Order: sequence, then C-alpha cells, then structure tokens
Amino acid sequence: MTVQVRQVSFHDGDVLVMVGTMKGAFLARSAAARRQWELAGPYFPGHPVYAIAFDAREGRRRLWAAPESPHFGSVLQSSDDFGKTWTSPEVAKIRFPEQAGVSLKRIWQIEVGQSKDSQVLYCGVEPAALFESRDAGETWSLVQGLFDHPHRARWQPGGGGLCLHTIVLGGNGPSDILVAISTGGVYKTSDGGLTWRPSNQGVRADFLPNKHPEFGQCVHKVARAAGRPERLYLQNHWGLYRSDDAGASWKDIAKGVPSDFGFPIVAHPRDADTAYIIPMESDEFRCAPEGKLRVYRTRDGGGSWHPLSAGLPQNEAFETVLRDGLANDRLEPSGVYFGTRSGKLYGSDDEGSSWRLIREGLPPIVCVKTALVGEAAHAVARRRKASQKQARA
Amino acid sequence: MPVVFALPGYLRPFAEGKSQVELDLEEVTVGEALDQLFARFPGARDRVLTEVGSVRQHVNIFLGDENIRYLGGLDAPVPRGARITILPAVSGGSLG
Repeated sequence: MTVQVRQVSFHDGDVLVMVGTMKGAFLARSAAARRQWELAGPYFPGHPVYAIAFDAREGRRRLWAAPESPHFGSVLQSSDDFGKTWTSPEVAKIRFPEQAGVSLKRIWQIEVGQSKDSQVLYCGVEPAALFESRDAGETWSLVQGLFDHPHRARWQPGGGGLCLHTIVLGGNGPSDILVAISTGGVYKTSDGGLTWRPSNQGVRADFLPNKHPEFGQCVHKVARAAGRPERLYLQNHWGLYRSDDAGASWKDIAKGVPSDFGFPIVAHPRDADTAYIIPMESDEFRCAPEGKLRVYRTRDGGGSWHPLSAGLPQNEAFETVLRDGLANDRLEPSGVYFGTRSGKLYGSDDEGSSWRLIREGLPPIVCVKTALVGEAAHAVARRRKASQKQARA
Repeated sequence: MPVVFALPGYLRPFAEGKSQVELDLEEVTVGEALDQLFARFPGARDRVLTEVGSVRQHVNIFLGDENIRYLGGLDAPVPRGARITILPAVSGGSLG
C-alpha cells in the first residue's frame, strides 16, 4: 500500500517549519502572521529523519533531508520543489572513504554555509565526523583534519551514539567552525578544518572522575548569539553555559532553572542577550520537570531565566524535547517552535510569551528547523512594517 | 544456468524496477556475485553494503533458503543456478 503524501504550495513570504520525525519528515507552512498552519508530508514515510535544512542562498529553494532506512542506510536527498520530488542518488553522497575503516550510521546535522559562501554545506554524522561540500551539495568529502585528531580514539558514545550533532558557523570568518560531539565536547578550527582544538574549559563532565577534562564532555547543543560572534550559549549534559570569548572559556549560567539538564538551546536571531532552553528533569528522567512543559528564556545573557508556559500543558505533561527539537524564525517578533517525542509541535509568534499547539499526533519528533521562503519578500515586509511604525511615531 | 537475484521493493528503483535479475555467473562467491549485480545496478550497492564492504546489519542475504551468515558470509560459494535473495531483516523494524 502506498502512503499518501500531502503536498502544500509555498509562496514568497511564507514561514516554513521543517519537522523531522522517527517516521518521516513534515513541512508546516504559514503566512508571516503565523496564525494558521498547513502540514505537508509525510516525506520518506517510515524512515527516521534526524537532519533537515533549507538552502535559500543565491535564490535557491532547496530542501535537504537525511532519511534513514533502518535496513538500507542513510542517504542525503534534496528537493527544489518543496518536497514534491526528491533526488535519489545512486551512490550515497555522504560516505566514508574506504581507508577510514568505518561506515556511516546516521546523518545528524545538515548545516548550510554562510550566505557569502553560497556553495558550502556541512554534515555532522555518526560515527563522529564532519563532511563538507564546496559545490552546493553535489559532492562531499570527509574533513580529514578532525577525523585524524588524536583525541578521536578516546571519544565515547553518548546515549544517541558517538555523533557530531552540532555545527556552528558565523564566527570570525568562514574558516572559523565550531562543532560539538557527544561525547567529545566542543572542538574548534580557525583554518577551515585543517587543525582542530578542544574548547571545553569550564564545562563539566559529571560522568567522569575528572569533572573538568580537556575533552570528553557530553555537550548537547551550542548556539551562537546574533550580532556578537564571540558569544556562544551551550546546553550540556548537566550544565548551562555561556562563552564571551568564542568558546575559549565557559561560564555557568544555570541560575533560576528547575534543572540544568536538557538538550536544545537556541539564540535569538537579533538580540545577543536572549536565548531559549527547555529543561528536563534529569538524565535518568528526561521529561519536563514536575510534569510542566515550559520553555525558559533569558533576556540578560543567562543572568536570569524565566519560564514561558502560557498555552503549554502544566499538568502531567511528561514531555521530552531533543537536541534539535527547538528552533526560531527571523521574523519580527521572532517565532519559536518546538517538537516533542510524543509528536506535538508547538509554536509561538511572540518570542515565546504565548504558545499554541500547531499539530499533534505526529510520530516522535527529532528535529525542528525553520526558514523564510523568499527572503527578499520578507525583507520588503520588514521595511514596510518599520516605515509604518515610523509614520505612527 | 544463471544465478537468480531476488530483490526487495526498496532496491527495485535502483534496478530498473526489476524484482528478479538473472546473471550468467560461474564459480563465484556470494561477494563476487553481488559485485556483478552492483556493476549492473550501481545504486543497489550502497543500500546493501557499508562503505567497508560488509553487509548492512539489518539486511539479510539468503543463498537458497539459508542465510549466508551461516554459510561463510560473502565468501560462501554460489552453486550454478542458485537463487540469492536480499531481504530487509525484521530486526531493523524496531522503532515501534
């Protein structure tokens, strides 16, 4: 029997929320007001999709996804028509060279390069490694400098396997890349991937006898602050941190949270002092503390955190949100979205102050990503809004 | 007599839609027989084998009715006219 895949038409000015689940991917579409959502999918029904991304550079409208057949492996596929058709490459684009002696288990992250590097893409995979494309995804190669790092033999798998799950760009130039590995910690390169150094000073490893090793931390997610590239936020396997020196050192900012255990952390698209997390009770009980589903927001760089619960269930809501399950858009005000392992997709159109259930009954959600369709149209709308505001003033 | 390959639905888009493929092969191992199949249908290779050339964990290959895991794996000799069946293992469907 063929699974019916619902298609939705996307237009300039739309907000796109991409949802990867354990049984396929979905695309949610809304106008910029973000009041009503249409859902397309499931794409790749039955296949986990841990990584999904949208490349809008140079006028592209290209979706990338990494559906994973439990039997036949992970393959990177793309679509230029919002999921109506997908490439199906004969030879897997992401594959370890034979001499590496390992084979791909999962593609955890697809990261689109900066707008000025319009042909560059990265993939983070399991076993922990970074792949790079310099021709807009046509061909890929293993970043050998990281793969050959002498620490690699001592990295250990976390609960999700030994994976490179986070790729942070936008630092001091295109050669500046930060990655996070569970469990290896944060690694940085300043030469485009030739050489890498651990960058974990101050980050705890509660599961090791030495609580502050040079590497080996189980970092869950890292996000770079907007407009202030030296500032980073980090959600650790126990621990919440900020760096103001591009990761050279990390400072504990877990004040006012019910737990400093959690998976995702997201930085505001414009305000370097604002970030979002979704705490979990503990590593043993990875559910919303007290059965209250709350997003926490800081507006002072982690000096204090405040619960955002309006519209979210506050009674017996033993929900789990995974490391890529939280995302925001770049509209004004910014929309925030998250998906739960129980298949609920929530959204906020006011920077997290209030929430609405966009969809429920989806398969377990493993990643949520956003994009604005037709960036130029959004820029016009932003200018119009700004001039109206000015006229009123 | 040709060796007959039976392909699961997932592989058929990479094999011109065929559910069965016959190749004239003599005195080959299962690995060599698969190499010939993949030479004709390159898209099937990455779906059946990993980068290091081993059979994917949740793919089963049968020679006749026996899983090649019990016959010497990819080194198992293929009798003339044998049937090689590639199937997804039930163990891969453990996602609930």
